[in-house]
Amino acid sequence: MLTLTGITKRFHKGSINEVLALDGVDLDIRRGDFITVIGSNGAGKSTTLNCVAGCFMPDKGTITLNGETITAWPEYKRARFIGRVFQDPLMGSAASLSIEENMALADRRGKVRGLSAGVKTRDRERYRELLSRIGLGLEDRLKDKVGLLSGGQRQSLTMIMATMVRPEILLLDEHTAALDPKTAGHVLELTDKIVESQKLTTLMVTHNMNHALKLGNRLIMMHQGRVILDIDGEKKSRFNVEDLLERFFSLKGEAFSSDKMLLV
Amino acid sequence: MSFYAFIGALEQGFVFGLMVLGVYLTFRILDFPDLTVDGSLPLGAAVSSVCIGAGLDPYLSLIPATLAGFCAGAVTGLLNTRLKILHLLSSILTMIALYSINIRIMGRPNFTLLGKSTVLDPLAALGVPSWMAAPALFALVTVLAAITLIWFTRTELGQAMLATGDNPRMITALGVNTGNMIVLGVGLSNALVALCGALVAQNQGSADVNMGVGTIVAGLASVIIGETLLGQGRIAKMILAAVLGSVAYRLAIALALSLKVGSFSFAPSDLNLITAVVVVAALTAPKLKRKVAG
Repeated sequence: MLTLTGITKRFHKGSINEVLALDGVDLDIRRGDFITVIGSNGAGKSTTLNCVAGCFMPDKGTITLNGETITAWPEYKRARFIGRVFQDPLMGSAASLSIEENMALADRRGKVRGLSAGVKTRDRERYRELLSRIGLGLEDRLKDKVGLLSGGQRQSLTMIMATMVRPEILLLDEHTAALDPKTAGHVLELTDKIVESQKLTTLMVTHNMNHALKLGNRLIMMHQGRVILDIDGEKKSRFNVEDLLERFFSLKGEAFSSDKMLLV
Repeated sequence: MSFYAFIGALEQGFVFGLMVLGVYLTFRILDFPDLTVDGSLPLGAAVSSVCIGAGLDPYLSLIPATLAGFCAGAVTGLLNTRLKILHLLSSILTMIALYSINIRIMGRPNFTLLGKSTVLDPLAALGVPSWMAAPALFALVTVLAAITLIWFTRTELGQAMLATGDNPRMITALGVNTGNMIVLGVGLSNALVALCGALVAQNQGSADVNMGVGTIVAGLASVIIGETLLGQGRIAKMILAAVLGSVAYRLAIALALSLKVGSFSFAPSDLNLITAVVVVAALTAPKLKRKVAG
């Protein structure tokens, strides 16, 4: 459905800080795939996601969606078919606007915005119903400013906002990394529930190998701007954290020692 | 302060309220410090005056004046979003260019409306006393503009504009072209400022290329005074606070001008200095208060 072919991206070109962030990434995302993406810092996980989202143009390579080339499409235009949740919980909603106003903004994703009322009375019930599913009591606080919410509440709200207009593809960029373990667990559970019920095609970056193995039907590992492991279905379900680490260090050309397990 | 000075301050407060609404839109809603206003105020004045000079109805002359202001703001927006020039610099460039353009429009640095009809004439014909006509008309126009602006912030488009100022990454991810929002917002802001300039020119009987100097600072002072008086709150309240701030600012200026300490008194040319001091005081007062409180 979404295909990346030979995507290459250098940042700070021509300066001493030049980095090769993506080095010929090929990835074929099939409809209904729930892909978890792991890899060390600077492996190119977030860069891959941002490339799909259109935050920058790749130096080389093409991106196609359902056969249509979208490599040159700007970010706002791709938003029509992409739902996103960022690592920073403050990034996904507007603090000075109320919960219902934020939801109404998300409700118009990919549609023309005109001069009719932003928050429509007839939509409130639906917003309330969507919020009641996350069980944080936000359904009774529609008029509260989002800035009053906690990080976990905002991230849960962003999760709802990203999926209230069904996205063709959902991009989750370490969206639980900034939360405490308990809240992260809640948000992850919510993620699983939403992706499952809407059968969403999803790309989720995570640092947590357990999460990467537990969720999704497919796992890719990245290293130095390349995809170095791509497993799915049956094969993925047989993998455990040790296998992943062993694979990771052997592909990096280092011997795997069990004390590295302590890092998990 | 004499009654005459008081009425004069009200009149100024209301007519410049339009400009303050424009400054509020860019400075607070879009988070875009826009100095174009120093040029778009005389632009509105020039266009309106020249139109009246050419025989156009004073009310109709407000339309081209407002449109000209929108275009000036849109240019600043385009310089910033398309050519990636820093917002402050974009607006300074437009402002500087407008100085030449305004003189071109008028054919000289100022344009007098002596003996020409103005927006106030129909009111005088109705028998409204002249000291009352201007404040009443300007109050009506500014309140209508404020209500329209409040309505706009509640529309789908207005909400997208609020989000553009608040969290551009988020609203881009929701499919809004923030560049277009900035062009539209800065355009609307300067349309209001140019309308203000047109009314000011008609009221004082002339347009002058230098009448816009210090507009941005007066606008900021008014916005901040309004916020200090009414406190933070929802957008609707803040927009009304901007209008109130404009009136309060002009009253404060009138008061300062009427002060006499011995043989010393302020001259109108001291206005910019007083305004700068007022802005600095208003900007630092909240911090000082917090420090003193502990």
